[in-house]
Amino acid sequence: MTITSHAASVRFENVTKAYGAVVAVDRVSFTIEPGQLVTLLGPSGCGKTTTLRLIAGLEMATDGHIFIGENDVTKLPVTDRDVSMVFQSYALFPHMNVNENVGYGLKVSGMKKREAQERSQEALRLVGLSDLGERMPAALSGGQQQRVAVARALVLEPQVLLFDEPLSNLDAKLRRRVREEVREIQQNLGLTTVYVTHDQEEALAVSDRIVVMKNAAIAQEGTPRELYDHPANSFVADFIGDANIVEGTILGGGGETANVRIGCLEMELPCRSASAGPAKIAIRPEAIRLSAGDHGTGMRGTVRKATYLGNHLEYTIETEVGPLFVSDPHVEAPVAPGEIVGVQFEHRGVTLINDPSDDAERASESSPQ
Amino acid sequence: MSGLWRSVVVPWIPRAILLGLFAFAIFGPLANLLLWAFAEVWYFPHKLPLEWGFDFWRQVFKPRGNAMLSLNNSIIIAIFTVIVSLAIAIPAGYALARRNLPWRSLILIAFLLPQAFPSVAVYINVARIFYGFGLAGTYVGVVLVHTVQGLVFAVWIATAAFSAVDRELEEAARNLGASGLRTFFTITLPLALPGIMASAIFVFLISLDEFTGTFFVGVPDVVTMPLLLFNASMEGNYQIASITSLLLLVPSVGFMLFIERFLKADVLAKVGN
Repeated sequence: MTITSHAASVRFENVTKAYGAVVAVDRVSFTIEPGQLVTLLGPSGCGKTTTLRLIAGLEMATDGHIFIGENDVTKLPVTDRDVSMVFQSYALFPHMNVNENVGYGLKVSGMKKREAQERSQEALRLVGLSDLGERMPAALSGGQQQRVAVARALVLEPQVLLFDEPLSNLDAKLRRRVREEVREIQQNLGLTTVYVTHDQEEALAVSDRIVVMKNAAIAQEGTPRELYDHPANSFVADFIGDANIVEGTILGGGGETANVRIGCLEMELPCRSASAGPAKIAIRPEAIRLSAGDHGTGMRGTVRKATYLGNHLEYTIETEVGPLFVSDPHVEAPVAPGEIVGVQFEHRGVTLINDPSDDAERASESSPQ
Repeated sequence: MSGLWRSVVVPWIPRAILLGLFAFAIFGPLANLLLWAFAEVWYFPHKLPLEWGFDFWRQVFKPRGNAMLSLNNSIIIAIFTVIVSLAIAIPAGYALARRNLPWRSLILIAFLLPQAFPSVAVYINVARIFYGFGLAGTYVGVVLVHTVQGLVFAVWIATAAFSAVDRELEEAARNLGASGLRTFFTITLPLALPGIMASAIFVFLISLDEFTGTFFVGVPDVVTMPLLLFNASMEGNYQIASITSLLLLVPSVGFMLFIERFLKADVLAKVGN
């Protein structure tokens, strides 16, 4: 008896969920390939949990269509969807022991007791809890409860596995380990998995693809690398990793690149369609190089703040384009506050943002920092 | 030594006096009850009974005696009151806790309403109406009257008990494929059960102690313990009255201790919400 996967794709077509006048999910479309782990990432209230609950059928879409595999499940009730969810609170039944919790779904489905027991055992073995079947949930640690919740979801061999902020109740050390385990099980079984989190590091670590949500809509979708290297707007730039959003000017250029002026510096940046004029540029803190002493003709800045963090230094530098947040790995040569330094930008880590609907204020408000 | 006396003992004196008065107010009447229950002969101006014994106990527990009959009546009526109350309070409490009912707070207050009016006025009229339906002097009539009083507690506590069950547990059961009914019977009800048990006990005790309604609706055909107690003390038969009181006291105290263990703070916090 082994747990296998019946992975199916998930497709949203213009799905809207409204509670009266409040729109929680606004015309969202995306596709999740079978066997992939996709993260819904965004600040609280962005609609990511509602999107997850729409997949499970715990919420019903107001408009649009949801497909699991080839089936339109938009109107299918929660009990008839082949989707299992791991809840944020784990939602283990406190009056049942671990075996009964894991076997609940099998018992409900009418499986023979013996077979159900074997399958529950197998699921518990998969999460490394074979010996704890007789325990009550209250007698387990947070990490163990979480594994039981995962086993309870896996045992039904769902087409889609859902995680709602599964690590938020664990302490920081445990989080890294658990997320690696979740990823390992997902990859070994080839499960289609949708994972909700507000933690960008967690999202980057576990995902095949990330859907960044903001204000009930998708801000950007892509692989972790695409989102980090080529954020489509300042919200994504600031939410995934840190970014300095500065004003610059597009001087011209054609095809794949544009010539951009940032303060007194000029750079060639990759760009699809740019017209000359003002533009926003996202600069990663680690893409800024500081040079003490002689700084020639380049951009200069005054060090306002310097913070030592062991493996790197963080600076706030006052420059002609505004204050810049800098992460510098050269801990052996710190620069003292008040000193004047030369400022240069590396190409990788500087992105031209040309999204007309962009507004940086909201992005910085909802950033986790 | 005198320093210790002043700093430790003196501040305790007012507290000790207060506690003493408090204890006397509670246990004084109970002590009197105990004395009377075992007094064979006791009259003024003697401070204590002149003769002790179990004669009146024998009289009370005499098979086919009034006392045993009314004890039976009380217990049968209390059990049926609990059954009827729960049959209403479980669905009502679930609906009030889980469905977004319109007029929710009004419904909760409606159950409280019978307590708000002077009970004698209410029961005189209830008795008149019941007489018209042939319910006066019947067990059914008395059970109905007790149920109306018990429902406040039953419904309010059941609502609180269902509210205290985490909704996410129900969603998890639904997600695992359980129907609404199955979710209710395997998840919601078992988790709300301690609160429901507590409300059942409350209703049982209320029914056991009820006097006014029984007096107007039940007498003379249905006589319960409180009515027997009333009759005995009116006739000056303090021994019978004391023994009856003690019999009423035992389940009350026992169940209260039981409830105190069962009714947890998280349920109590939801009463009336």
